[in-house]
Amino acid sequence: MNNKLLKVSLSPHLSGKESVKSIMYGVVIALVPAFIAGLYFFGIGALRVTVTAVVACVLFEYVIQKYLLKVKPTISDGSAIITGLLLAYNVPSNISAGIIILGSLVAIGIAKMSFGGLGNNPFNPALVGRVFLLISFPVDMTSWPKPIVTRASVIDAVTAATPLAIVKEGLAGGTPYSILLTQIPSYWDMFLGNVGGCIGEVSALALIIGLFYMLYKKIITWHIPISMTGSIFIFTGIMWLINPQANADPVFHILTGGVLLGAIFMATDMVTSPMTPKGMLIFGSAIGILTVIIRVYGAYPEGVSFSILIMNAFVPIINRFCKPKRFGEIIK
Amino acid sequence: MAKVLKTFPIGGVHPCDNKLSASKQIEPVVLPATVTIPLSQHIGAPATPIVKPLDIVKVGQLIAKASGFVSANIHSSVSGTVKKIDNVPDTCGYKRPAIIIDVEDDVWENSIDRTDSLLKEISLSQKDIVEKVQESGIVGLGGATFPTHVKLSVPKGKTCEYLLINGVECEPYLTSDHRLMLEKTEEIFVGIKIVMKALGVSKAIIGIENNKKDAIDKMSAISNNYDGISVQALKVQYPQGGEKQLAKALINREIPAPPGLPIDVGCVIQNVGTIYAIYEAVQKNKPLFERVVTITGRSIKNSSNFLARIGTSISVLIDASGGLPGDTGKIISGGPMMGKALNTTDIPVSKGTSGILILPEQISSRTNISNCIRCAKCVSVCPLGLEPYLLSKLSLRSLFDKAESEQVVNCIECGCCSYNCPSKIPLLDFIRLGKTTVMKNIRNRTK
Repeated sequence: MNNKLLKVSLSPHLSGKESVKSIMYGVVIALVPAFIAGLYFFGIGALRVTVTAVVACVLFEYVIQKYLLKVKPTISDGSAIITGLLLAYNVPSNISAGIIILGSLVAIGIAKMSFGGLGNNPFNPALVGRVFLLISFPVDMTSWPKPIVTRASVIDAVTAATPLAIVKEGLAGGTPYSILLTQIPSYWDMFLGNVGGCIGEVSALALIIGLFYMLYKKIITWHIPISMTGSIFIFTGIMWLINPQANADPVFHILTGGVLLGAIFMATDMVTSPMTPKGMLIFGSAIGILTVIIRVYGAYPEGVSFSILIMNAFVPIINRFCKPKRFGEIIK
Repeated sequence: MAKVLKTFPIGGVHPCDNKLSASKQIEPVVLPATVTIPLSQHIGAPATPIVKPLDIVKVGQLIAKASGFVSANIHSSVSGTVKKIDNVPDTCGYKRPAIIIDVEDDVWENSIDRTDSLLKEISLSQKDIVEKVQESGIVGLGGATFPTHVKLSVPKGKTCEYLLINGVECEPYLTSDHRLMLEKTEEIFVGIKIVMKALGVSKAIIGIENNKKDAIDKMSAISNNYDGISVQALKVQYPQGGEKQLAKALINREIPAPPGLPIDVGCVIQNVGTIYAIYEAVQKNKPLFERVVTITGRSIKNSSNFLARIGTSISVLIDASGGLPGDTGKIISGGPMMGKALNTTDIPVSKGTSGILILPEQISSRTNISNCIRCAKCVSVCPLGLEPYLLSKLSLRSLFDKAESEQVVNCIECGCCSYNCPSKIPLLDFIRLGKTTVMKNIRNRTK
């Protein structure tokens, strides 16, 4: 007994139960409601795109790690699955397999692996993939099929403009907002997800369920989702109050496009968001403001992806200046 | 009676309590054949031995004198013959001088009152109390082992308003303070009164975590008989037993960064174990030569709380609680969060040994490290408001000046960051490296 060697290490000798894996699969679980909503509203197309993206992302990560970088593949940590899911959630359900595979390659290969893999990427991989596709295939990326339940036939590939595009074009053409409101689905439909759009972004309800799950599991904190949606709400609210006919109301802005998907799943990506609560609030608010600026004044009807990527670049500087309150520090 | 549970506001973790020996009475352990009494059981200069080989000593006899103000006397814990003064490995693994005594009988110094009677009357004057504490070699028994008489001497220009008593025992597994509070309740209150007299304060608050409800109840009931002493139940959260966290939780004051001390915010903090030792020294004339040691672990047959003589080998204590289990992978002196891993069971109990924890093989090894995912969970659990991810990275890259400006010296090494890291990065290992280097740099600069 006494000649058996004892293990010696520095304290602490205990370790918490949480691991990278448990966090990543927690996010995957939180993403499931949005997938179910996508499946319900867009049918088999949503399944096809999601499976393609996830398989492609995991495969690319495996191949790059094993044959290019010659390191032990870490695909089991679940992070590539999240990238695949988020990429799929950000594209229309009728997109071709080739495009989504290319997007996966850009997301994993360029945005993640070229920086050193999980934890080292400055930009959200799924968003880099999405923006790459949006710029390269603008037509495929912006022709959304109508939700199944409002379609006469499942086979008909009817496409419809999103409420954001209708309102943006309408307001630009001088149509009063009150008339445009009659041309778009009701807020209740938008809340449930019964509108045209990307697979995972349409159902606010499903995304909010995911948010509560992640808050409950302490995977993320409230700071980024609240500050981002809050700043969008306040900013657009002020504009709407000033001129209710020339500007969309704040509820419309929150419910449409990728705001909730972005606020809950994209901006909160641990790797590419700030480290302190103060920094998270600044980060979230800035994304919100940029989103509104792009939506209202920019060329694109939607600005969430661009805003998050822009703010991703500011994360190091935010971390540098937003320090936690040190214990015992005298506040002058 | 609905009690509001106080706690410290930022950071902290809550590992599983595992207080296996909480219901086990403190029991004496058989006298060993020899004891090894280290000369450096406290922070500060090692004591100077005043005995030589073949000297006959009694229990409680002074065998090594404090060398300087920040140092402590050491007394023999047994009666017998001094065998030799030699270098032996201590808890840290370094070989340091110790007095080795062969035990013969159990003859105590006549001056020691060995009865169980409770002496409430405090006859000593303020100055005499401090002197008695110094003479008796009392050091902080919570683990820091800072000489107690230094803490009782309030520096000029500082005032002490509160005496805070640490009955938190936030480390998982350990129960020695808990048992003392249950079994020596009145003695602890008299001890607190003694320290209050020494410091000249009128208010004392005892902080106890809510996982020791029996101790809270018993202490609260008795506190009604003692003016100025109150009991505050605290929410269970590690590292509440740290001075800074305890002062924040109890009186909402923040002890400044080193060299800041509790006295800078008007308080002195003492552990209940120390308070009991002070009671024994002042009222019973008994120097510090034994202490309560918890022997614990899931694999141990009988987790126990022993009243062990200083210098007893921990192997004796482990044998008394059922022997070392076959699957032992790690032996820790202290608790699992801040304790030191030992490489042998042949280590003597010293004044700072609050417990011995045995961990089985399967939880002894660290798990594989993966990339930092920048989840900020280390930042959110740091009770000092530091950024462990940043400090560890700066230390790793030898950017010590930057680490200094990020206040690495403020780190109390509680281990919350390493504990909570999902990537299992040993953040604290690197931060320690940074902290010691920065402290050395600061010392060299002021020289």
